[in-house]
Amino acid sequence: MKARVTVTLKNGVLDPQGKAIEGALKSLGIEGVESVRQGKVFEIELKDGDKAKAEAALKAAADKLLANTVVENYRVEVLS
Amino acid sequence: MNAAVVLFPGSNREGDVASAIKRISGKAANIVWHADSELPANTDLVVLPGGFSYGDYLRCGAIAARAPIMNAVRAHAERGGLVLGICNGFQILCESQLLPGVLQRNAQLRFMCKEVYLRVERSDTPFTRRYNAGDILKIPVAHGEGNYTADEETIKRLEGDGRVLFRYVSPEGKTDPAWNYNGATNAIAGILSEKLNVLGLMPHPENHVDPAIGPTDGRGLFESIKTVLEAA
Repeated sequence: MKARVTVTLKNGVLDPQGKAIEGALKSLGIEGVESVRQGKVFEIELKDGDKAKAEAALKAAADKLLANTVVENYRVEVLS
Repeated sequence: MNAAVVLFPGSNREGDVASAIKRISGKAANIVWHADSELPANTDLVVLPGGFSYGDYLRCGAIAARAPIMNAVRAHAERGGLVLGICNGFQILCESQLLPGVLQRNAQLRFMCKEVYLRVERSDTPFTRRYNAGDILKIPVAHGEGNYTADEETIKRLEGDGRVLFRYVSPEGKTDPAWNYNGATNAIAGILSEKLNVLGLMPHPENHVDPAIGPTDGRGLFESIKTVLEAA
């Protein structure tokens, strides 16, 4: 079973890396970029089983380690 | 003073801090491996040293905060034992929720290795009683992620309870954005836990203790701890 956890910065948290990337995109002449926020994606392979249980386990993983919920949000998806 | 310095894979300041402790207390510190589950008996000070534990993977301090030894460090802190986290150690304390908030990438996006000026905000703590409130210290920093951030509520609580112990200031002791190198909220360089027994700070007081090297403004911190522990 494939799963994905996406971690992003909360709104209002300063993201200097995103700002730097935004500046670089603009200097490359890529049009229409208004803002960039950088995050992380974790691709996780799980033992086959119950989808609800898998989601609960991923949520625990995100809360305990993958995200720092002081400044980050996360989204959990079981893909297949 | 029975100090334990925790060594994580990627720590690199454990020698500096152990040497400062030996120089000031006269007693060698125990170096404790991160995979151990207990601190040496009678430990009364735990130090989480600077460095790049686990290569800063995931987030600075994130993996170290989940190391086996951290349960013992947490229990020590809950008993009121002293814990000092310097630089990466501060990041580990935040990640393990022994201190609130998080240390983000420096606002100017550069690794910063230089001497800075710190103002001591209060002297009635186990870490600063050999200083006076308002003292200005010259102490080195070396970090890429030292930009202290927390939600508004937490900042208000820290400020209201006097838990901001050190602030980045100008040489004259004024807070000034130009001297707040990493962009930390309220120029916060170091904070205390609620019971004032856990301190996390980004600068390296252990590097300014030897007159042969230069300023000795960091001595007061270790002398304070020694005074408190020897009186106990």
